[in-house]
Amino acid sequence: MTSDASTAGPETAGAGLTSLIGEAEKLANPHGHEGETATAVNSEKNRSLYASRIKIYPKLVHGRYRLVKWVVMAITLGVYYVTPWIRWDRGPFAPDQAVLLDFPHRRFYFFWIEIWPQEVYYLTGLLILASVLLFLVTSLAGRVWCGYTCPQTVWTDLFIYIERLIEGDRSARIRLDKSSFSINKLVRKTSKHAVWLIVAIATGGAWVFYFDDAPTLAANLLTFSADPVAYLFIAIFTATTYVFGGLAREQVCTYMCPWPRIQGAMFDDESFLVTYKYDRGDPRGPHKKNTSWDGRGDCIDCGQCVAACPMGIDIRDGMQLECIQCALCIDACDDIMAKVGRPRGLIEYDTPANMDRRLAGEKERFHIFRPRTVIYMGVLVLVSAIMFFSLATRGAIDLNVLRDRNPLFVQLSDGSIRNGYTVKIINKVHEEQAFSIRIDGLPSAQLIQQGVSAGDSVKTAIPPDSLKDIKTFVILPREALGSLDGGEASLRFIVENISTGETVYNETSFRGPR
Amino acid sequence: MTDTKHTDDVTGVDTTGHQWDDIRELNNPLPKWWVYSFYACIVWSVAYWIVMPAWPIFMNGAWTYTGGVIGYDQRVVVENDIAEVAAGRQVYMDQISAQDLPTIQQNVELMEVALAGGRAAFGDNCAPCHGSGAQGSTGYPNLNDDDWIWGGSLEDIHVTLKHGIRWEADDDTRFNEMPRYLTDEILTADQVSDVTDYVLTLSGTAETTEASARGSEIFARECTACHMDGGIGNRELGAPNLADAIWLYGGDRASVYESIANARAGQMPAWGDRLDPVTVKQLALYVHALGGGE
Repeated sequence: MTSDASTAGPETAGAGLTSLIGEAEKLANPHGHEGETATAVNSEKNRSLYASRIKIYPKLVHGRYRLVKWVVMAITLGVYYVTPWIRWDRGPFAPDQAVLLDFPHRRFYFFWIEIWPQEVYYLTGLLILASVLLFLVTSLAGRVWCGYTCPQTVWTDLFIYIERLIEGDRSARIRLDKSSFSINKLVRKTSKHAVWLIVAIATGGAWVFYFDDAPTLAANLLTFSADPVAYLFIAIFTATTYVFGGLAREQVCTYMCPWPRIQGAMFDDESFLVTYKYDRGDPRGPHKKNTSWDGRGDCIDCGQCVAACPMGIDIRDGMQLECIQCALCIDACDDIMAKVGRPRGLIEYDTPANMDRRLAGEKERFHIFRPRTVIYMGVLVLVSAIMFFSLATRGAIDLNVLRDRNPLFVQLSDGSIRNGYTVKIINKVHEEQAFSIRIDGLPSAQLIQQGVSAGDSVKTAIPPDSLKDIKTFVILPREALGSLDGGEASLRFIVENISTGETVYNETSFRGPR
Repeated sequence: MTDTKHTDDVTGVDTTGHQWDDIRELNNPLPKWWVYSFYACIVWSVAYWIVMPAWPIFMNGAWTYTGGVIGYDQRVVVENDIAEVAAGRQVYMDQISAQDLPTIQQNVELMEVALAGGRAAFGDNCAPCHGSGAQGSTGYPNLNDDDWIWGGSLEDIHVTLKHGIRWEADDDTRFNEMPRYLTDEILTADQVSDVTDYVLTLSGTAETTEASARGSEIFARECTACHMDGGIGNRELGAPNLADAIWLYGGDRASVYESIANARAGQMPAWGDRLDPVTVKQLALYVHALGGGE
């Protein structure tokens, strides 16, 4: 807000007395009087860099995008609350929760996929996938993520919905906040915060179910016998939900989130963005019924787009950092356009390039396939393919062979050379499995297992879902030392699941004297 | 310098009232939350000095420190922690102490504990001579291989560890002595040279020659009492096998000549005097598991 007339820019100074009066009025009523034009509190010209926050009262709108947002909210909240309760049978040695991040046992379960600690790269792949998808969507249609699916948006929307139920719509809320203390105000405010808190607790409460068996944990939570860590995390997420969704709201997006700063590099002139079509709307101004629309724009300056905006900006100022592209201003404007009998879509998903084309009298065109989007799509397909392939082809055995390095090799009394290897086998099957170990690459070498008499094949049984270290030795007879090249030969350990026949191998080497 | 109130025209902020060559300083106080946090820290630190050990003081002619009213001491904490860990291990230590070595070897869980304890004890006590990987070096046996001077069974290794080798403080120590054939003039230099040639044929590193044939007769007379016919050694006496590929002091001609001429006698402490019986048992199990155990 411009607080000092003498420091205002030439624009305001030149506007004269009326403007000054307007300024003074704005100061007293940052949101305008009831029924009057709304003020975009976060619009660039309305706030100095170090102003404290002015509360925003988003007005309820009806329309296509509002409907989409309700549906998306229902789906995302539904997924969040229901997922931990889905069961998935994995047999007696594994949990039956479909989605479970089991940190104590170091396993991530996701329906039929099971991630061991050493496979966390799948998580990396998932994050890469998510970010590339975000890039693609942003370059196509702006901050769709921010406007519809981001948890901050979804929960803020839910909190505003609750606020609206209890305190009424925009003008009622402004009136309530301005009114002096009364029982009505106390009851409404208290009940609003109470319901918010319940939602916040439910949010924090649902979070912990992803990390432990949900029914057991729920029972423990209710009887106050759950792990204190569970209560701690519920408290943390309750607090963040309440503070971010109820109190901080748009400040999270504007000041805390890095994404608005990155987005500028993500979209271009051909991206679909929520746009006020100034080529059609300006010059704007109030319009009296039954007067001509000639020589003026379609915007009647009613301010409904501003009143609906949860970020407190005026979309007519063009693309701004704060805009989360929620499209509620589109619904608000479409409603007004229908009432005044003008075509819908004065504010609409549009591209900056099309605006220029219309101004130049050209036809609108849409370029969905641009180098940027094609590259993002390519990366997306590539990463998905790699992940899918690696997931589909990964086996139930993991093998790691660690060669002893200290000592590098041992000479035995008959002149033969012995190397020691620790064979680490992971049995990912939820049943005990028998494995045989053999070597390949040094025909005359012999594999023996510590504590077991020598034989061609070393066998071992590994308990369900676990890792076993098997200490083995490979002995190369004196006569065969010639098969070493510079004191070294490559060697392959082959592990076979005796019942399924699944085979994995690990390359290592055999060392001897040079 | 003046003390009059002065407000900066550009920013509208009061200055401190000081002035140096027309340069003034804006009086922008620190944020309140910062100042109060700072005061809180000061209060906290004073309380900390009283409660916790804090200041060095010179008292009764020596440097000491203020102990703090609750008597907290990090060393005590560490000692308690160590005692706690030791108490947790005691269950296993008792089992290792009570059971004989082959029984422990059959127990997977106990073996895991024993090998971990043995590895740690080996690193602390044995690695200086035998190497961190027990690979040894000239004069210090490699414990990974299958060549044992005093025997490679669990029991043999345990006895060797407990009583040491040529460790006179221990009455049951492993003891033997190879004569210094040249130094003590039992044989002439030529004879020693002949025996050396013969010894080298035992392991197949040298061809039979006239000299080695002469050495063979001397060997039969002087050496077979301990090293046996064919030089296969005798573990009862701690006489090394001369017919295998492993040479504690080097298998080249000069080293073998030196061994016969001047004799060799390594030494190992009796660890039974230095370490507790459980640790010695763990060491025996660890060394046996290195790959050469019999």
